[in-house]
Amino acid sequence: MSSNAQKTGFGATIWDYITTVDHKKIAILYLISGGFFFLVGGVEAMLIRIQLMKAGNDFLSAGTYNEVLTMHGTTMIFLAAMPILFAFMNSIAPLQIGARDVAFPFLNSLGFWLFFFGGVFLNLSWFLGGAPDAGWTNYASLALASEGHGIDFYSLGLTISGFGSLIAGINFLVTIINMRAPGMTYMRMPLFTWTTFVASALILLAFPPLTVGIFFMIFDRLFGANFFDVTMGGNTIIWEHFFWIFGHPEVYILILPAFGIFSEIFAIFSRKRLFGYTALVFATILIGFYGFMVWAHHMFTTGLGPTANAVFALATMIIAVPTGIKIFNWLLTIWGGSISFTVPMIYAVAFIPSFTAGGVTGVMQAIAPLDYQLHDSYFIVAHFHYVIVGGVVLAILAGTHLYWPKMFGTMLSEKLGKWTFWFFFIGFHLTFFIQHFLGLMGMPRRVYTFGADQGWDLFNAISTVGAFFMAVGVIILLVNVVMTTIKNERVGNDPWGDGRTLEWAIPSPPPFYNFAQTPLVRGLDPYWIEKMEGNKEGMIYAEPLGDIHMPNNSFIPFVMSLGMFVASFGALYHLDGDKAWALPVLIIGLGITFGSMLVRSWKDDLGFIVTKEELIADQERIQREAQAREGGKNGGLK
Amino acid sequence: MAHDTHDIHRSRAEYEFVKRKRATEMRGQLTSFAIMIFLTLIAFTLVAAEFSPYLIVPILLLLAAIQVVLQLYHFMHMGNKGHGMMAFFMFSGMFIAFLTVLAMVTIVWW
Ligand code: HEM
Ligand SMILES: [Cu+2]
Repeated sequence: MSSNAQKTGFGATIWDYITTVDHKKIAILYLISGGFFFLVGGVEAMLIRIQLMKAGNDFLSAGTYNEVLTMHGTTMIFLAAMPILFAFMNSIAPLQIGARDVAFPFLNSLGFWLFFFGGVFLNLSWFLGGAPDAGWTNYASLALASEGHGIDFYSLGLTISGFGSLIAGINFLVTIINMRAPGMTYMRMPLFTWTTFVASALILLAFPPLTVGIFFMIFDRLFGANFFDVTMGGNTIIWEHFFWIFGHPEVYILILPAFGIFSEIFAIFSRKRLFGYTALVFATILIGFYGFMVWAHHMFTTGLGPTANAVFALATMIIAVPTGIKIFNWLLTIWGGSISFTVPMIYAVAFIPSFTAGGVTGVMQAIAPLDYQLHDSYFIVAHFHYVIVGGVVLAILAGTHLYWPKMFGTMLSEKLGKWTFWFFFIGFHLTFFIQHFLGLMGMPRRVYTFGADQGWDLFNAISTVGAFFMAVGVIILLVNVVMTTIKNERVGNDPWGDGRTLEWAIPSPPPFYNFAQTPLVRGLDPYWIEKMEGNKEGMIYAEPLGDIHMPNNSFIPFVMSLGMFVASFGALYHLDGDKAWALPVLIIGLGITFGSMLVRSWKDDLGFIVTKEELIADQERIQREAQAREGGKNGGLK
Repeated sequence: MAHDTHDIHRSRAEYEFVKRKRATEMRGQLTSFAIMIFLTLIAFTLVAAEFSPYLIVPILLLLAAIQVVLQLYHFMHMGNKGHGMMAFFMFSGMFIAFLTVLAMVTIVWW
């Protein structure tokens, strides 16, 4: 777990994680908090499906339903899917490029804590007078009319966690540009690193429009500005533009890392070099660019006019081309490979038809005249769940199995993993396939109930059954995690036996400095190359063994984020007018944040040095542990 | 960059090379400074001569764009080695931002 295998108390471990700047530990923090929010969002999903189980159900009231629906979408996108992907990016991307940490370890920690406090703030709305209820898209006319503080929790919470995402994105960009090991040229970077890179570029360019939109929203709601208020000369459609200028790139921020994970899996478990590596890289970059030129396909029915609709319809259809290229490359990677159907590979194979189905409905929706029929119906719900669950969530589950040994040093059970897969996969198709037809039959999305005479009963009931299947799958995964952790059978460097990239050449989990010596990269799939040439160490080195400079832990990121969290409460309640404590709270919160920024700026923190002797001792310890493992039982797959 | 305050020991050849390079760079900066002044003069003249705004506005925007590029390359060293990725990101960012603003403005206000 930590740098040296000393036994430490529980409190010390917590403190270590709160102050850590180690990308591998921050990854674990992202995984745990993202996983927690995934469960919260999952419970909300179950509530939605229970309410829609039969006609005229009164399990949730209309108002509560709107809150649950809004929080489900918001939580899943911002607090579950993105952070869990950040977990893998943090944990794996620096290892894949042969780096000792990310470029800005302090900022990495700050990014996490901002996300965390933003997420907690948003979810506290449940206990403080009601959650946001205007949908995850938060369209302005609806949001401005919403009573209570729900929407304010949404805008302030997402502002804070949005800063976190932006910081994380910038950090990955700088890391990948500057910290690649010698020989790791751009065209030798593993695809997961490539997709991390492009997704980070999308974060950099897509989050500012969201921030601007949310700022306008905050000003409208809290300070009586009129950006979106039509009666006061504002324009409510502008919010939709801001939201979707961010929103469409956002879906690619989610799917690109998922593509990256699957690309790794296909190559590893087909024991073959990725087919068409170059095409995959350029398709990724192209998708990144196009992703910014299609946002208005979410607004075909707002009356943009035929010219705008035609332009955006065409642009949207073009984006399906690079995506299709990727699908074919994966298929050709599998073709002729020596395939082993491990749990990650099963997910990857299942992903192809599921995601393709989502892509096909996407292109259907891109046909503007047809979208007049489909828009705001359950067909849309089916589409985006096919791409998000069939793409992103399957990738998250696959990645959890694939990278669990690298992150925690133990191997999730393959048997339970297969059970999870089948429950989840069958449940997923059961839930969402039928929603296409519900949509075509006219069922609108975002309604809290429907009538018995509308003929939607059976399909909705089936959909709810499917949701329970998925829930069972997730519960089995949790059991798997607990059992694996309790058993604690340690594994070696390359537990899958067929690792190709640098992360598999070092121990699982890696020592805190990752690489005792910076590796020298001689081609695509460097670890595979060394293995094939019989190099037992799995790497050749670009430098002699020497002292290493590492960053110190820091408590400041936590405090800085906490300040924002406190200040948000002040901002939120200040405009009630009757709460004298609100303004002081706002000021104290900002004081904490700026104070910790000052401390950070004035106090020199030069990090610490790991000496050559300590390195040698630690490497020997690692070797002893490996030998002990070999002597007992060979951990890992085979 | 070139603002060394402490001693660096260079060989004669290196010294000559750096000197020549600085001289070219200096010439580049002076030239672009002259061009920039000239462009500014054009801009002022255009406005002072009270041409139609439909002529003035696009020309001013164009001149501004040229100024930005000159500034970036001659004064902020974007042409120097190792700045390729930065240039790529800046120009993609500008390109995307331009398209977005253009599309949004045309859709919303025309
Ligand atoms: C082949 C590629 C794709 C195409 C052509 C496409 C097209 C579309 C279109 C036209 C809509 C708007 C439909 C409407 O509201 O009337 C839409 C909605 C949506 N798409 Fe896609 N899409 C594609 C891929 C994806 C991917 C990869 C994701 C996510 C990972 C995604 C997530 C979404 C979401 C979340 C919505 C609904 C947003 C909302 O209204 O709440 N799409 N898609
Ligand atoms: Cu879209």
